[in-house]
Amino acid sequence: MEFVFTEEQAMIGETARAFFAENATSERTRKAMAADGIDRDLWTAFCQELGLSGIGIPENAGGAGLGLVELAIIAEAAGAQVAALPMLGSLVLSAQAIAAGGSAEQQAGHLPGLLSGEVVAGYVHDAGITADGSGLTGSAGFVAHGGSAQLFVVTSNTGAWLVPADAPGVTVTPLTTMDQTRPYARVTLAGAPGEPLADPAAAIAAAHRAGFVAVAAEALGGAQAALDRTVAYARERVQFGRPIGSFQAYKHRLADLMIEIEQARSAVYWAACAVDEGSDEAALAVHAAKSFAADTFFLCAGNMIQLHGGIGFTWEHDAHLYFKRARAIQSMLGNGEWHREQVATMILGEAA
Amino acid sequence: MKLGFSAADEAFRQECADWLNAEMAGEFRDIKGITKLTASPERRKEWEQRLGEAKWGCIGWPEQWGGRNATLAQQVIFAEEYARAGVPGRVNHIGIELAGPTILAFGSEEQKRRFLPDIAAGKTIFCQGFSEPGAGSDLASVRTKGRLENGEWVVNGQKIWTSLAHISDWIFVVTRTEEGSKGPKGLTFLMMEIDQPGIEIRGIKQINGDAEFNETFFTDARCPADSMIGAVGDGWKIAMGLLAFERGVSTLGQQMAFRNELDELIAAAKANGAANNPLIRQRLAKAEIGLRLMRYGALRMLSNSDHSKIDGAALTYKIQWATWRRNLGELAMDVLGQAGEVAEGSEYEWDTLPNLFLYSRADTIYGGTNQIQRNLIAERGLGLPREPRGDV
Repeated sequence: MEFVFTEEQAMIGETARAFFAENATSERTRKAMAADGIDRDLWTAFCQELGLSGIGIPENAGGAGLGLVELAIIAEAAGAQVAALPMLGSLVLSAQAIAAGGSAEQQAGHLPGLLSGEVVAGYVHDAGITADGSGLTGSAGFVAHGGSAQLFVVTSNTGAWLVPADAPGVTVTPLTTMDQTRPYARVTLAGAPGEPLADPAAAIAAAHRAGFVAVAAEALGGAQAALDRTVAYARERVQFGRPIGSFQAYKHRLADLMIEIEQARSAVYWAACAVDEGSDEAALAVHAAKSFAADTFFLCAGNMIQLHGGIGFTWEHDAHLYFKRARAIQSMLGNGEWHREQVATMILGEAA
Repeated sequence: MKLGFSAADEAFRQECADWLNAEMAGEFRDIKGITKLTASPERRKEWEQRLGEAKWGCIGWPEQWGGRNATLAQQVIFAEEYARAGVPGRVNHIGIELAGPTILAFGSEEQKRRFLPDIAAGKTIFCQGFSEPGAGSDLASVRTKGRLENGEWVVNGQKIWTSLAHISDWIFVVTRTEEGSKGPKGLTFLMMEIDQPGIEIRGIKQINGDAEFNETFFTDARCPADSMIGAVGDGWKIAMGLLAFERGVSTLGQQMAFRNELDELIAAAKANGAANNPLIRQRLAKAEIGLRLMRYGALRMLSNSDHSKIDGAALTYKIQWATWRRNLGELAMDVLGQAGEVAEGSEYEWDTLPNLFLYSRADTIYGGTNQIQRNLIAERGLGLPREPRGDV
């Protein structure tokens, strides 16, 4: 039992934080927001130069090995800068599904493109998607970076398929999205050809587990950044002849944010570690992490606006990037109530 | 990063569980499951001694002083198994968690020899004298005076909230030993024997009807000149060190007691149907998540060996658990409904859950109120400027 980062993990964290802080600047993110929500140069540099894109994907599937702890470290660093990257849909949800549920050929055919960043994949999940002789039918409304994807990993609750974005029967409609760093698209399948993944149950389980942990980690990074930036402002902004951070009404709110963030940090790395170790607690931990970290991020981002006063409400200030990302994370991959109900069922049984 | 325990640790866990369960099924079965800190004090002092005889009293201490030099993982395991076996809380918790570690860190060799083996053996029960009627959150405004006279310290003043003073043998007291000094300067820590004419203890009845806390009056109370811990004037430094000890391994044992409370609440909710109410389900899930996060926060804090940086998990721990428990008490009353507001029998005595509702109001006050915790977090953790202070 040693619940601290190893030296290697600390180093990955330092490398990732330095990379995103230097490159995922507000200016570049805003350029991406005006386009399709992807900073292409950043994505290429992340995947090809930094060499961290294969983390969390087993080596025998072409990845860099390591586990969800390391993946969470990277997602936390990216989240701190609200980086405009298709990491969630492409590297986390889709790549994890293929690595866990794809055949050796499917892995070899698709993972190298995803890990190099040359192919962007979108994750399409809806319980109502069905397959019959004529192909896949159904739709999903909120596919992250779906408008930029060349490949879709499509899942229902029981099936998992690979579908090229340009296949017949596939309609992709990019949507004007509140969080422009991760715009959604509606993907409609009308008899689209789907290549089934070899082990759909494994694919779905791995994608969702990694997805819960990765967005929780991203939320943790965002929450900490929102707090750090507000603290910096509180120390320099003077009103009534004093830095506003010296007023208890102000500093106690910041303290409350730190209390939540510390718990979110425990939640994220507990969940990541529990999955990596195959612990019995993993099933509960991933729901705890997703719901807790998402709510923490929203609390911090909302306070970031309030505690900055008028400047925090402007488009120019970055507070709204955090605020919108936080809201999106709360709803995606199951909202907080759904995740807590999963926990409630584990401790109380089904409601009568 | 690793959460699992080694095979050797799991074997140690079995050893702990076997011993504790045997004791709770045998000679000490009458105290199993007691949750109130004031219940059966004499039997629980005997239990302290039983722990001491079997060298389970203070396992993290050096062997030289009656401990086992146990590793962190072993201490975590013992604390967890202790509560899991339904063993009541330690009546000497101030001795083993505060006085002992303070003497270990700041005491002379002579003081270590004199006190540590007896604390570990459960023979010396300590309580603490910090707060005063005029020095609560503002601990540095202590006024109880100590002066040296004919080779003895003579102490006059009043302490309050001295938990379990009525069953303790010794008290360690912060006193103002420098005439005319103010604030954190001029304070000295003294260890005093309680059984003497100059010390009088009066219980304070609390909102749950129990009296765990006391007022302690010092009227020319005496102790030998070498009774201070550290040097004269070191009182504040030591008091601050003490607060750090309060966040030790014992927090994990405390969490297991919380686990028992939450399990009792879950059972009550299932029994009366509240567990079918979606809003209650959400709140119970939040409580479950909060408790798990407390455990992993504590493990982060205990695993952290880099003390050069501010440890956010440690700094936020007190307000986190206190608030969690207060919320649990409120949730308990929502689950129980009016049935929680009536006691069986004619005494004003409460079962675990209604008692939790009442007692947990103290959790967010003692050991630094939630408001003081927020100041500490904001100033030490976030580096925010202090609120300007009035004259001390």
